[in-house]
Amino acid sequence: MDSATDTVLAEQFDEIEQQHSADTLGMWIFLATEVMFFGGLFAGYAVYRFSFPHVFYAASHHLDVLAGAIDTAVLLCSSLTMAFAVRAVRLGQRWMSILLLGVTAVFGAGFLVIHGFEYHHEWTEHLVPGGSFAFEGADPHRAQMFFWLYFATTGLHSLHVLIGVALMLVLAVLVLLEKITAARFMTVEIAGLYWHFVDVVWVFLFPLYYLAGAR
Amino acid sequence: MSDEIISPRIYFKNFGALIVLLLLTIGAAYLDLGPLNFVLAMLISLTKTALIALFFMHIRWGGKMLHLAAGAGLLWLGILLALTLGDYISRGWLPVAQH
Repeated sequence: MDSATDTVLAEQFDEIEQQHSADTLGMWIFLATEVMFFGGLFAGYAVYRFSFPHVFYAASHHLDVLAGAIDTAVLLCSSLTMAFAVRAVRLGQRWMSILLLGVTAVFGAGFLVIHGFEYHHEWTEHLVPGGSFAFEGADPHRAQMFFWLYFATTGLHSLHVLIGVALMLVLAVLVLLEKITAARFMTVEIAGLYWHFVDVVWVFLFPLYYLAGAR
Repeated sequence: MSDEIISPRIYFKNFGALIVLLLLTIGAAYLDLGPLNFVLAMLISLTKTALIALFFMHIRWGGKMLHLAAGAGLLWLGILLALTLGDYISRGWLPVAQH
């Protein structure tokens, strides 16, 4: 065992591989709780869509498919740069790591900006639930329920992206200060798991909310 | 978690496949397939999830414990959805005395 791993290995572990698998397992268990967290909103969606399919399609038709597609593409790009950021940290490429973490943060911020414009557009179209809600079509109350679900689910998702962006910036600073080096790549690997998870949530949000009423 | 460093080619191929699936899911949404629209959209999303988890999240190189933890999340989500929808779908099946 070299001296670099020596300082990284916590005393409760026998070897670095054991520590790495414990780190990864812990993160995956956290992600399983996140699946349940979002799961409630997806279950609400499932019940609503099953009960009132036609109102649902009409409401979904008001969302901008192109913006949603760009959102998806931006997040997929960010997942690619994230994967390469983890790789760069493992290979000890300090500046490459900082660059890739930065680009990942920029993609995340870009996603939030696009979504901000979408929210603004929906606000001006009176699609935000509450006093100013106006929906032309049958059953505005149930259409309002669709938008409650939409804002709650995408809002929770955007919060996750925001946390992810902050995380990327902190990691970039830690790499810059050499607090994270190749021996401590696991910190970035774990943050990467979180980032990819947030991407996976969007992979479901896009077809469920934007594409349901695309036709 | 294996100690091998994954080749860039795998990441680029995975990304390419994800973009193709994104275009497919958008295209499929504009076809009139009835209830199959939803099934197809979910199948594509599940495939994308599998690709992200296997290659970007390194599940492909992970141990059995990891597969169990990842599978547990999906299994419990399945229970949540199946039991909830089991109730809503079956509500109209039996006549209920009117109050």
